[in-house]
Amino acid sequence: MDVSFISELKSIVGEEHTLADKESLACYGYDSTPEYESRPGAVVLPANEEEICRIMARCHAAGVPVTPRGSGTNLSGGSLGRPEGVVVQTSRLNSIVEIDEENLTATVQPGVVTSALHRAVEAKGLFYPPDPGSMNISTIGGNVAENAGGLRGLKYGVTADYVMGLHTALPDGSLLRTGGKAVKDVAGYNLNQLLVSSEGTLGLFTEVTVKLIPKPQAKKTMLVHFPVLENAALAVSHIVAARVIPATLEFMDRVTVKCIEDYAKVGLPLDVEAVLLIEVDGHPAQVEEDAVAVRRICAEHHCSSFQTAADADEALKLATARRVALSSLARVKPTTILEDATVPRSCIAPMVKFIQDTARKYNLTIGTFGHAGDGNLHPTCLTDERDKDEIARAHKAFEEIFDTALAMGGTITGEHGVGLSKKKYLPRLVGESGIRVMQGIKQAFDPTGILNPGKVF
Amino acid sequence: MEYVKLINCMRCGMCLPQCPTYKETFLETASPRGRVALMRKIEEGDLEVSERLLEYLSLCLDCQACASACPCGVNAGEMVAGYRCERRDGKELSTMENLILRRLLPHPDRLEAATAPMRLYQRTGLQKVVRKLGILKMFPPTLERMEGLLPELPVKPLRQTIDEVTPAVGPERGTIGFFLGCVMSLVFSEASYATVKLLSSLGYRVVTPKAQKCCGAPNMLSGDREGLLDAARFNVDLFAGHRLDFIVTDCGGCGAELKKYGHHLEDDSRAATFSAQVRDITQVLALHADELKAKLNPLSLKVTYHDPCHIAHCQGIRQEPRTLLRIVPELDFRELPEADACCGSGGTYNIEKPEMSDRVLRRKVENIKATGADVLVTANPGCLLQLRKALAQETPPIRVLHVTEVLAASLLPPLL
Ligand SMILES: Cc1cc2nc3c(=O)[nH]c(=O)nc-3n(C[C@H](O)[C@H](O)[C@H](O)COP(=O)(O)OP(=O)(O)OC[C@H]3O[C@@H](n4cnc5c(N)ncnc54)[C@H](O)[C@@H]3O)c2cc1C
Ligand code: SF4
Ligand code: SF4
Repeated sequence: MDVSFISELKSIVGEEHTLADKESLACYGYDSTPEYESRPGAVVLPANEEEICRIMARCHAAGVPVTPRGSGTNLSGGSLGRPEGVVVQTSRLNSIVEIDEENLTATVQPGVVTSALHRAVEAKGLFYPPDPGSMNISTIGGNVAENAGGLRGLKYGVTADYVMGLHTALPDGSLLRTGGKAVKDVAGYNLNQLLVSSEGTLGLFTEVTVKLIPKPQAKKTMLVHFPVLENAALAVSHIVAARVIPATLEFMDRVTVKCIEDYAKVGLPLDVEAVLLIEVDGHPAQVEEDAVAVRRICAEHHCSSFQTAADADEALKLATARRVALSSLARVKPTTILEDATVPRSCIAPMVKFIQDTARKYNLTIGTFGHAGDGNLHPTCLTDERDKDEIARAHKAFEEIFDTALAMGGTITGEHGVGLSKKKYLPRLVGESGIRVMQGIKQAFDPTGILNPGKVF
Repeated sequence: MEYVKLINCMRCGMCLPQCPTYKETFLETASPRGRVALMRKIEEGDLEVSERLLEYLSLCLDCQACASACPCGVNAGEMVAGYRCERRDGKELSTMENLILRRLLPHPDRLEAATAPMRLYQRTGLQKVVRKLGILKMFPPTLERMEGLLPELPVKPLRQTIDEVTPAVGPERGTIGFFLGCVMSLVFSEASYATVKLLSSLGYRVVTPKAQKCCGAPNMLSGDREGLLDAARFNVDLFAGHRLDFIVTDCGGCGAELKKYGHHLEDDSRAATFSAQVRDITQVLALHADELKAKLNPLSLKVTYHDPCHIAHCQGIRQEPRTLLRIVPELDFRELPEADACCGSGGTYNIEKPEMSDRVLRRKVENIKATGADVLVTANPGCLLQLRKALAQETPPIRVLHVTEVLAASLLPPLL
């Protein structure tokens, strides 16, 4: 990147917060997405909203692409910049501006780490439910941009359900304010919701106001073992069909359980085909009733063992074990290609079976885990990137898995976003008119196309 | 460097929030994920080894918090340390390194003689005069930092005063070999004395072979593999001469290194036996927690515990020290936020990388203050040095003790 442009960036954010040496840039050439790399021209770490707007305006004038980045934990290549562009990392904007206990809202800067927000609001007896597996690392800005889900999505929904207001820096450097603390607001188009899951292509969030709810009074965490995989998947569908809505209803197959246990040593069983991690919460009486129902349904589906966490510590251990599922899988082979296929909940059993058959057909190891209660599965192929043939087979297998998910009325991504890695599937999902409308929206926000170009479509 | 270890990092970022240098800078180059990426780029020929790149790698504290956090089993800290070693291979040690690593450390008597002037310097009051006049400001800043870290040295190193065999009190339950460790014996001889006394009061006969040498960890850190192997061979030989149930140390750094002897000396089966016998003092004491509890007097102190990296991350010992503190009657134990984050000491890191070391230390001090404790307890000499200096400057000052000092103070009759 041009030296004089870099010194302009330095004059905005300061020398120390502008990176342009090749070693630093090499470290921003990746995020958590396997197989994708792209080294940006420069990286800046601004300190506040004003600096962000100035960077945007400057890049807009010079036609330089800008890519927002939180912690780079996304799984779709979304935070990778362009060689001729600038990456704006928001980590320094990490303060919680306000927790409004009267209105039940929290206002935070975009670089606040998700779990830091959890801790802050829970200390006041409040609750911010979205909890992606990456919550100890990911930022709120990144969560909003990807509409991140999490382990509590089944009962409490995803990030979009909690975003009330946004400050967004637009490409020309102006600031757009959408939504706010008012619970009801039907004025004009719902730009607020439109910006959620925009993957950094419409604007850069500089402040986020989220809705809080009272912290549930009680909860129960259960771990259920199934000797037959399809029975576990059926149990998921039947729990939901029985109108019991657990906060968490997570599925892990044998491959996944073994890897997690290798790392976390929490005493997961190694001799079963699948495990469900179930958490019910709410009023103590309701929690009891739900737990009984869950237990009955699991028994009807021939679970081999049903374990209830004795205390909060044990419950936390189990949930933590689930959070490391993805990374644990990388113990087996270095390259884990994780997917994000999502189907209607009634289709979980046939989908899980289809994934297994496909793995066999292509001679691959695929571990499957996921937010089964939402129908959101993460088949994860364990490969070695040095084995080109294996990688090619993995991609073929995933093509079939996605086609099947679409045929079942599902989608190509439940929470990780389109980014670079799902681009080719998007038209299959939304059709020509869908792409046309989306491109029109992009044009309205970003007429010169400098914001995170090449992502989504 | 084994390439597969590098590509094993799947870049999930689980290690980022645990890395002290990332927490301070938010820079990917100062994160475990980034450090692995840099080494990988070198291996792949994508980056060449430059001054800047080495500078980035050298900012790693080698605290191994990343290893505890990584679900894929990647140990970025160890890889960086190994990488620094590899790059040294074949290169001569500098005169200074040669002096310290080869001529001083392996010879405890010489080491003790060399530090004697310091003891004199402190006891004659010269230190106070020097500090007051700021004479050290005239010397290079490194010297000043080293001087500042020096606590009051004991009159004599423990190696010189302890008996080779300390008999068990009451019926004998077994024999323990005590590994002294250079800094513990030289600087924290009181804590180590307490270690020996606690073990004997629990019925162990304690053998302290006086000929023992430095564990070799400083050699490893400086890339002097030969020096490390020499030390390992010597110590294995020496301890093999005794029939022991455990080999105990109260130095986290030594413990971590001694536990690796079996791996370093693959061809010597005695080394594996040696390593299998090594325990941190807190592990052995915790085995007898109930028995110990019955012998303890109340201590009404507000106490918090800092996990040394070499104990928590390298040896996976977290519960034992806490168990031991919790059995002391009336002791008010408060959990320290980010307890297992590095204190910035990191071997000689606090002298070589003062700026980052201070930032990491500041965070630790703030966390300690937030607990309201009046005593900080830890279990490793590097942390004791670093935190004693920092916490003495607080108002009111916060005392810093080794776990064994707390227990010894509470034991009936008092040991110290
Ligand atoms: C181990 C692991 C587990 C995971 N588990 C889950 C899970 O359970 N559920 C889930 O939904 N996801 C999960 N993810 C994916 C990922 O963590 C989420 O997508 C997360 O929201 C990304 O946050 P981030 O701060 O790292 O953002 P980044 O990865 O840095 O960026 C993500 C996208 O957001 C954009 N962006 C970032 N900040 C801003 C901003 N301030 N303004 C505008 N755009 C911005 C970027 O340009 C990029 O397109 C997981 C990832 C890993 C590695
Ligand atoms: S070192 Fe481990 S925890 Fe860190 S990014 Fe790599 S795989 Fe993840
Ligand atoms: S050893 Fe410590 S400083 Fe080095 S990368 Fe790991 S966590 Fe960071």
